[in-house]
This record gives sequence, C-alpha cells and structure tokens, in this order.
Amino acid sequence: MSEPQAAGTTLPENVRQRLDVLRKRYPTPRAVLLPALHLAQEANGGWLSDAVIEAVAAELGLPNSDVYGVVTFYDLYHQKPVGRHRIRVCTNVSCMLRGSDEVMAAIAQELGVGEDEVTADGRCSYVHFECLGSCDTAPMMMIDQRYHENLTPEKARQIVKELE
Amino acid sequence: MAFEPVLSRNVGHPEALTVRGYRDRGGYVALEKGLKMEPAAITEEVKASGLRGRGGAGFPTGLKWTFIPKDSPKPKYLVCNADESEPGTFKDRLLMEKDPHQLIEGCLLTSFAVGAATTYIYIRGEYVDAANILERAIADAYQSGILGANVMGSGFRHDIYVHRGAGAYICGEETGLLESLEGKRGQPRVKPPFPAVVGAFGCPTVINNVETICCVPHIIERGSAWFKAIGPDERNTGPKLYAVSGHVERPGTYELPIGVTFQELLDVCGGIWKGRQLKAYVPGGASAPVLSADDRHLRLDFDTMAKAGSMLGSAAVMVMDDTTDMVRVCYRFAKFFSHESCGQCTPCREGTNWLTLLLHRILDGHGEPKDLDLIVSVANQIGGNSLCALGDAAVGPAKSFVTKFRHEFLARMGAAAPALAS
Repeated sequence: MSEPQAAGTTLPENVRQRLDVLRKRYPTPRAVLLPALHLAQEANGGWLSDAVIEAVAAELGLPNSDVYGVVTFYDLYHQKPVGRHRIRVCTNVSCMLRGSDEVMAAIAQELGVGEDEVTADGRCSYVHFECLGSCDTAPMMMIDQRYHENLTPEKARQIVKELE
Repeated sequence: MAFEPVLSRNVGHPEALTVRGYRDRGGYVALEKGLKMEPAAITEEVKASGLRGRGGAGFPTGLKWTFIPKDSPKPKYLVCNADESEPGTFKDRLLMEKDPHQLIEGCLLTSFAVGAATTYIYIRGEYVDAANILERAIADAYQSGILGANVMGSGFRHDIYVHRGAGAYICGEETGLLESLEGKRGQPRVKPPFPAVVGAFGCPTVINNVETICCVPHIIERGSAWFKAIGPDERNTGPKLYAVSGHVERPGTYELPIGVTFQELLDVCGGIWKGRQLKAYVPGGASAPVLSADDRHLRLDFDTMAKAGSMLGSAAVMVMDDTTDMVRVCYRFAKFFSHESCGQCTPCREGTNWLTLLLHRILDGHGEPKDLDLIVSVANQIGGNSLCALGDAAVGPAKSFVTKFRHEFLARMGAAAPALAS
C-alpha cells in the first residue's frame, strides 16, 4: 500500500460512475472535487497518493496544484498510508474535561506506535482530533466511520484491541 | 420548568425518520399550509417571529431572507449550514439524526419563501451517520412527492442535495463554506458582496443553520405570535437547544425557552458532577469568552450574553468544576484556533500561533508574569484585523481566561505541568 503508485493512474470505474451522478447536482464541474477526493481516498485504502491526487485532477480537468491545495487544507484527507482502522480521538475541551488525555494515552500504549504512525501489521493508526460533536458522551473517539462514546481508558483499550 | 419540546419533539420517536411516520406525528402540515401562502408572507411571518440565527451570530433570519434580490435573473440557492464544528456543539447532529424531515420541511419552506430551486445541505465530513440518515430521508421525500418537480402538487420545484465537508472548522463560516462547496479551500471571502447577492456559484444565496431552518415549519404552522411568546423579550424569542457538556451530572441537548438562566439549565442537567462546585462556564462554544461562577444567574440569550461580554453563540454550554485547570483549558482553545486558522490573514495565522506558544510556555512552567500582558497585546492585534470572525473568536477565550483567572496563570509561573497527550 505504501508503494509509490504509477503516474497515469486512473480512478476506478465505480468511482467514475458515481462522479457522473454527482456532477448533475452542481452548476460547475469543480464542485465535485471534495466528493471525488472522498471517493478516491476510500477506494485507495484510506489515503491519497500523488498518483491518485493527479488522477482526480485529470478526471476533473483541474491543475494538479489546485487539487493538492485542497487536499492539504482538509483534515479528513491523508497523504500518507493509514491503518486499516483509522482512530480519531477527540481531545477538544469537552472531551478533555472528562478524560480524553487518558484515553489517548491508553490507545498509544495499546498500539505501541506514535500518533499518525501505522502499526507494523497495518491494522491501526490514530490521531487526536478536534471536536467531533459528541460532547454529551465525552470522552469519545471515531473509528473509521463509527463513534465510540462514554469512554474510559480501559474501554478504549478494549475496543482498539478487538479491531481486526 | 415544564416546556413542551418543539424542535426535539420527535427525539425518541424513530418512526419520524420516514415520511409516513413524520406525517403521522403532524409533520409536513406546515409545508402544505406554506405552499398556499404568498412567498413574501412566509418571510414576513418569520420576520415577525423574531427568529434569530442559531448558528452563532444571532442575525434576524427573516431580514436575511429579504436581502435576496427580487429581480435577479440568476438561480437562487439555499445552503443549510450543517458544518457544526464549534467545540462543544452537538445540537444540529441531534436534529439531523433524529428528525431529518423537520429539516427537509424547513428547507422547503425557506426555499419557497426566497424562490430557491435547490438546497445544498453542507454537512461536516465527520457526521457520516447524519449524512446517511438525511440521504435516506431525502430519497423517501422524493418518492413521496415532497421533493422534485412538483412539491406536494403545488407546482413548486425543489431539489435537496447533501454535500459532505472534509474536516475544517472554518467551513462553518458562511463564505468559507461556499468556497468549500464550490470545490476549493475553505478560505472566507471578502464581504461585501454578501452571499445574498453573490453566494454559491456566483448566485444569490441564503445560508441558514440547521436549527434555524428547523424553527421555520413551527412558525408557519403555529404563527409568529406563538413563537414570539416564548422567551424573555422581543429580541430573544423561541425554543432553543442548549448543548451542555463538561462537568455536569447529565450532559446532553436540552430544549428550553431561549433565555433560561445558566443556573436553571444547570439544575436541569443535575448540577455539577461529583458534588463539586462550579468554577466557570463557556456559554456558546469555544468562541465565547468564559464566564465565572458569579455569572450563574445570567440569562442565556443573545443580548444578556453580549452585555456580559460573552456571546450565546451556538449555545454550546461547557461547564467547568472547581478542580479545572484554567491554564490548560485556555491553551487547548488557543491550539484549536491556531490549527483551524485558514492562514489567509496574517494577524490570525501568526497571532493564533503565538497565543498557543505563549500559553504552552506558561503551561510548561516557563512563563513569566509579563507573558500575560503579551497575550492580551497579541490578542488585541488579531481582533478586528482579519477577514472573518475566526480571528475575533480566538481572541475572546484567550483574553477572558487570562483576565478573569489571572491568579491561576500567575500560580503556574515556575511550576511544571504534567505531560499532555494533546
């Protein structure tokens, strides 16, 4: 997955088909850029290689530099490989007040790698994240697309341990 | 404090997720009524209700709609701001996940009033469940003739599309949002022109928050006088969702008349947790200057909060008990704003970074008393000197924390803090 991908990469057919549907929703071709990057990233194991970014640019007829500019602006796009499971721990104030630093420490210890690094088996990577809008169930984390709420360090450790 | 919920009346009733279930619970009656009204009469009703924007700025909603030019040949858009990213805020997620048709009904009425044929619901990328629930509800509404070429047989045409963001607080700022919707970096625009004239794709655009739009069907169904009777005065009206987090016994979203006091809200939440005492609260998300325990009897409405030097903002009430390390909270807010500054304006980009560095130094025990004056000085140079409100937002917490809790910062000079994970 971390191998450089060849230039001239094209987007998977299902992504292109989906883009054809989405294009009809907007008056300008560029408006599908964010959705296109979401789809391309999902189809590429959760990250955007240079080749994939440039394939998106080619598909939308945009300069590469414009697309890189957008990719680097948003926190949900990743320019290096991520784990099969992406863990985002909210550490903003509402979660911090109820123990998110301890949750973060438990996950770091359980996985034995640094923030934004991938475990040797490719299973997980984790980052701290800004408020995820689940402050009434703090502390919380998002794993892939799912929220895990009302965490304790032990509970967080157990959830992470059970990821396949 | 018995208050019949309005906006959250369908929470706990999952049948409302379908058109049929929503109608069984009284839904789409307002739309039916509104489609028979003159569009301008809908705007007038909303104006008369006193509804003010629930996203943070508190701008009068009906007035905002009247800024849409009547004679423009261009298409008009409604953009629903569902980018809910203000730390401490989770009310719009509840509205979208538990009652998507209320939002769809509100979007339709708003669009009918301003003459928009398309709504984009711009939802933060992290809200995957909410986006999926909305997509399903929208598909159901198309199937049921509530969306599409002929809304409820009225001849009004309307499409609603869900557009996912990709993780950037600044996209909650309305022109940053528009840039993002157009496939660009979410950097706020110079105003004027305002979005009502030059908005999405260069066309006239109304941008309203989720909760704001959800108020509209109730105003149309029950009338502006009913709405206006809720709340303490003419300038602060209607039901309000308060998102309470932090050191309370029962955090959650509570719907109450706008203008309850903080103490009343705290009582509803079961008080401060673990039998501790209140030290401070932030009434409206990270952007709102902190208030102290002495301010507990203030009303949580737009004007009372402004008079107290803070703001109601998104009504995200973050509560801190007497053990809270205020230096750490202040630092965490500063770090947030520094991370989220879009980088476009130098005072905000550089200033938020310096605030973070200064606060980190104090947190580490290497600060000096003069750093507190430096923080205020840096903050003063950010405020009013950036294109959008993010700069001002970053200033509020920094200045209010170091001013109101100065003794806690001074006590940290020379004393090392425990290591932080974030």
